Amino acid sequence: MTIQFNDETFRDDYSFHNSPWAIKRFPFPFHEDSYMYSVNMEQHRGGPEGSVFEKRFDVDEHYVSEMRDRAIVLADDPLRCQSLPHMTLAGWDLLELIMVSKSEDYPDLFELHRDGNNWRWVNKPLGIDDSFVFMDETTLPYGPMEYITRQAQGDFCVLDQRDENLWMDAGIVTTQADWSLDFDIGMNFFEWHAPVPLAHEMGIFQRALKFLLNIPQGAPARRLNWTMTVNPLLDSSPENYHKWGIQKTTLTPENIGTKQHLRVELQTFFRLPRSNALVFPIRCYLCSFQDLMTIPKWGRRLHRVVRDLPEELATYKGFIDNRPMMLDYLSQFDDGHPTSLGVFPDLDTEPLLAK
Amino acid sequence: MSAAPQRAKAGAEKMDVTVSAVVPLNDLVTRFEFKRTDGADFPPFSGGAHTVVTMQDGDRLRLNPYSLMSDPNDLSTYAISVRRDDQGRGGSLFMHNNVATGDAMTITYPVNLFSLDLRAKKHIFFAGGIGITPFLAMIGQLEQSNGNWELHYSVRSEALGSYVDMLTTKFPTKVHVYYDDQKQAIPLGDLLDGQPLGTHAYVCGPAGMINWVHSTAAGAGWPDDCVHSEEFLAPAPGAPFEVRLCKSDKTITVGENESLLEAIERAGIDAPFLCRGGSCGQCETDVVAAEGDFIHRDHWLDDADHASGRKIMPCVSRFVGAKLELDR
Repeated sequence: MTIQFNDETFRDDYSFHNSPWAIKRFPFPFHEDSYMYSVNMEQHRGGPEGSVFEKRFDVDEHYVSEMRDRAIVLADDPLRCQSLPHMTLAGWDLLELIMVSKSEDYPDLFELHRDGNNWRWVNKPLGIDDSFVFMDETTLPYGPMEYITRQAQGDFCVLDQRDENLWMDAGIVTTQADWSLDFDIGMNFFEWHAPVPLAHEMGIFQRALKFLLNIPQGAPARRLNWTMTVNPLLDSSPENYHKWGIQKTTLTPENIGTKQHLRVELQTFFRLPRSNALVFPIRCYLCSFQDLMTIPKWGRRLHRVVRDLPEELATYKGFIDNRPMMLDYLSQFDDGHPTSLGVFPDLDTEPLLAK
Repeated sequence: MSAAPQRAKAGAEKMDVTVSAVVPLNDLVTRFEFKRTDGADFPPFSGGAHTVVTMQDGDRLRLNPYSLMSDPNDLSTYAISVRRDDQGRGGSLFMHNNVATGDAMTITYPVNLFSLDLRAKKHIFFAGGIGITPFLAMIGQLEQSNGNWELHYSVRSEALGSYVDMLTTKFPTKVHVYYDDQKQAIPLGDLLDGQPLGTHAYVCGPAGMINWVHSTAAGAGWPDDCVHSEEFLAPAPGAPFEVRLCKSDKTITVGENESLLEAIERAGIDAPFLCRGGSCGQCETDVVAAEGDFIHRDHWLDDADHASGRKIMPCVSRFVGAKLELDR
């Protein structure tokens, strides 16, 4: 299908909105009625048709507006995009991966023409038609990583692999759940995960690192992560916490359905072939509580998950103060009916709300 | 998450290839070149990567890792160079005696456990014999980016010096060759003493050479993180032993000339692996019960793991004793 791109904002008047198509394909992250950390990895090779898992890099109705928001963030704060000197080769790897994937997966939107190292890249939604020499930085307006990730939704961490560890040595981070690339640049896997509660004690990070170090070329992996965001704000960064943190106090029982958003990250992992680095795209999807409640199964389940989440996690994810108000709202959509396993809406089989 | 439940097969992704050339280099080493059967280019790879070659040797399936030694800038061809080992378990003999131009084979996508540290201001390579292979691809990669490197290559004799002529012709100032039969040796102490800050050293060759480079570098004050090595272990033969596989509810016997991993696979169990050479850690297996002695040969587990008797790397390690039960 040809995607109709929304004209919308992720700041100021927050005109962001999901179409019914976008709601139904929202990557709801809870496969059962409770949540605890796990290394919930699976292979990233396709998924149900139309789902966000289907393509290597999902493009949806928010693409054009998200790229406009990224450009605003970068203009205000260039340190959101950094690449240490040894990471340029990985940047070319990433450029190639995204251009090849998007031109193959969305031939009506993107074209890549290659004649040896002379490449031409056509991005129709953004009106770009550039010719350049692969591996020659002087032929692009930005470094290779920045060039292509200004045209790809989601944050990108490019991790160098050495000494049995992963190092945050390059990335572009403008749609993050309250972490800073400028703070984490150059850190290793354990250092940048240091603030996460409980998971260290559970040995989660040792197991996750071992898995990630062994992700082979040609076999990408994925997982989901989630948090909560008040207003559809992509740039919930520590750098701008003074601007958005205060918004968490603006929730009322009347506006919570439209203002409170479930924020889901589709995290994928690809081995980069020339550099042996690992790229970690973190794609953010937002959906208001009100829109989520149009799917009966998700309404029942979200109430149960938020209600039973350990206090440390609700604190870390930043919604401990608003949890009582969330539960007042969500409980209206939980009639106690059991839910089907798995993340998908199951609209044909799950009953409508009984109360 | 269970968006699309998939059961992944063990090992890296595989590709169908056709042998496009078999080139004997000397009495011991032969190069095998591959093209993709589907006509496409091979995936790009980084210097130091290996591929696992599947060999159907009669009833026996052999999976052996070999360093990719072709130029990473030419993706029309992948090449490996195989040293014949008359005393080995038979993989290299199979390649030398049974594989001919035009044969269909299967190889995996590249896996790199010996990559360049791209932060290095300079790369200094130490190769012994067939250990030259990963460096050929690394040199190809560095030449593309005008990288700073030098090679010190120790061979038995002029007759057995694989790729010596090519290397010394193309890179006369960067390549230094040492002939054992002329009593030449790499002046390791002097070389390690004179390198600029930010130099990384890499060694591939026999175990003795690898240990020599590591210990000499450590003695000269080099940080461990600046010295890299790769030694592929071939599984060693040994006395047959019996293993109980608890999860699969099977009891198998590991033959004299097969590895524990191969015996598990022969029983129809899809056990994880990547390198099959004791380095990557993918096949690590928990021991449920054991009465006897482990013969640990891997580079993955640490000494405490080896001493604990709780873990084994079935690709290269064996067991001698009355009882072994694994969580597989």
